[in-house]
Amino acid sequence: MLDVHTVAVPTGWLARANPVAKLAAALVLGFGAALSDDAVTPAVLVLLILLILAAGGVTAVDILRRGWPLLVSAAGLGATTLLFGDSPTPLLTALTVTFRVVAVALPGVVVLLTVDPTDLADSLVQNAHVPARFAYAALAALRLLPLMGAEWQTIKAARRARGIDAGRNPLRHVELFAGTVFTLLVGAVRRGTRLALAMDARGFDATGPRTLARPQVVRQSDVALVVGAFVLLATAATVSIAFGTFQPVWA
Amino acid sequence: MLLGASGAGKSTLLAALAGLLDPSHAGDAEGLLTVDGRDPRDFRDRTGLVLQDPETQLVMARAGDDVAFGLENRATPAAEIWPVVDASLAAVGFPYGRDQRTDQLSGGEQQRLALAGVLALSPRLLLLDEPTANVDPAGAGLVREAIGVVQRRTGATTVLVEHRVAEALPLVDRVIVLRSGGGLLADGEPADVFSRHGDQLAESGVWVPDHPLPVRRRVVRPANSPEQSLLIARHLGFRHRGATKQALADASAELHAGEAVAVVGPNGSGKSTFATILAGLRAPTTGAVRATAPLAGDDTAIPPHRWRATVLADRIGTVFQDPEHQFITGRVRDELAVGPLQRGTPAGVVDRRVGALLERLHLTHLAEANPFTLSGGEKRRLSVAAALASDPAVLVLDEPTFGQDQRTWVELVDLLADHRDAGGAVCAVTHDEAVVTSLADRVLTLQDGGIASTAEAVG
Repeated sequence: MLDVHTVAVPTGWLARANPVAKLAAALVLGFGAALSDDAVTPAVLVLLILLILAAGGVTAVDILRRGWPLLVSAAGLGATTLLFGDSPTPLLTALTVTFRVVAVALPGVVVLLTVDPTDLADSLVQNAHVPARFAYAALAALRLLPLMGAEWQTIKAARRARGIDAGRNPLRHVELFAGTVFTLLVGAVRRGTRLALAMDARGFDATGPRTLARPQVVRQSDVALVVGAFVLLATAATVSIAFGTFQPVWA
Repeated sequence: MLLGASGAGKSTLLAALAGLLDPSHAGDAEGLLTVDGRDPRDFRDRTGLVLQDPETQLVMARAGDDVAFGLENRATPAAEIWPVVDASLAAVGFPYGRDQRTDQLSGGEQQRLALAGVLALSPRLLLLDEPTANVDPAGAGLVREAIGVVQRRTGATTVLVEHRVAEALPLVDRVIVLRSGGGLLADGEPADVFSRHGDQLAESGVWVPDHPLPVRRRVVRPANSPEQSLLIARHLGFRHRGATKQALADASAELHAGEAVAVVGPNGSGKSTFATILAGLRAPTTGAVRATAPLAGDDTAIPPHRWRATVLADRIGTVFQDPEHQFITGRVRDELAVGPLQRGTPAGVVDRRVGALLERLHLTHLAEANPFTLSGGEKRRLSVAAALASDPAVLVLDEPTFGQDQRTWVELVDLLADHRDAGGAVCAVTHDEAVVTSLADRVLTLQDGGIASTAEAVG
């Protein structure tokens, strides 16, 4: 799921919204969803989020394509609860667990889908006052991650060429894995050092002021986005209270 | 141009000039180094640096942002940044727009983008450490053109470290040769330095233009004896997971006993993919590789990619571009012993063979060293020796001579030629014209994932 480039870049307002505002709204929704302990509140919340996303240009299909591991693990948790739980109402408990996991994680998935990491770093520096050295160093490191995936395959092939494979021996698998990780890490450290050198050679370690080529502004609509997240939480809770099902975690 | 054999200190000097070495962290620092009369570290904002590994020269995900990065660090007002970015991209002949993803560029395009980032900062000192080493010949020509543009636009003093001297000569008007172990071997105009010290420089491993290289073609085969095929590839196709384009399409070729084949073609033409499939390290998506009885014994029905690794290493040895990817032990001696021990060779025999290989590759004094601590040339020789230790009939290599000094280069070519002359087959993926000329009996040219031509070497 980690990629320096977003996969689905919708043209709707959600794509244009300020990255930090999106992150804040997602945090509000995620933490808010964790506060209720019934099935209705998170279910309503998920429904509302999906409706609003559809209006913003992100369809459920986009989300499923990238976020299906989340759905699978949530369903798995639900099934486990249903089969092995000791609740007097197993089905209800299973549904509650499933909806809560989805509601807590969905906003995060949406952020990954709609925020370009470069924009997020820019916005974190300009709007949230995160130190530039930290944000851009992390961004540069993120750029190297996909390379490590390819390198993993190369190292495995290179070791096979040396006559090394595990066959059916599980102990050998562990041993082999450790050796491959070691080689990968040696390469990652070398590469990281070279990248740091290239960054410093272009003045990244200068202590003076730094300008920003890509301005990120917080508009009124971005403030509305964060406020909207609270409104969504309140709506979900109200519906649940109206059904008489609302159950906060602290009660 | 800064020359010298491997380990003479070229890269260290370049890093010191760039102001990237901190004397207080050094184990031992002496002498005085100034740039424009100042400590190099105080001249940093007037120094541009491009190193050899394209992947780590770029910082940002989009091309324009990458050029802007140095300007931001220098606190250039935001409004002035983008005009400079666009002008710099145009100057180096960058063929895409600002929003081009940097991870989808070829090595040559990445190096030109890095040069645009340097040009944007209008340096007065330009430091280049083998900027074309990782780039195919066509791309390397464009990178050298871009270097020329940066030189003319900035008027910067250039210090260039380069293994392949001849192509880079138009960019320099003075050559300095470092002596291994300290001091200078030569300093002067290129023509003068090479005519006066040519032999001595070549002896120490420096690539001297027009210096003759050994030619190790095979002894001509009698016209009536048929070629013995070892590996037969039929209609190989390969598509990377998630990719839309075929990395390899309908490639057919045979590898014979007693011949050396060079696989050439531009970056991205499918050379490496072809070699890894031929070597049994990857399954083709379409087509098949078949091994004949002289290579595979009773296993001719099983394609090489399904062989057990120990069996594979005994029959087909593969040498990867990065030797570190293949090191599996903590000692040079063990690295050579792994293969023979796995196939059950008695320890005494293994000891003798390892000793002979170490001697042959001038690695005896390093027998107890950790492979990761060796120099580039030593690592390369060790990785080839480790593949040969299992005595495979077929040897497949990916850019075996890449970045090597001339002495190591000659040793490698001799090693591969000896393997071929003893009846083995060599298949080398290479950008190196000199390897093709000195060693190859046949040349396979790949283009867009297919075999564009196969030709007997001439001359």
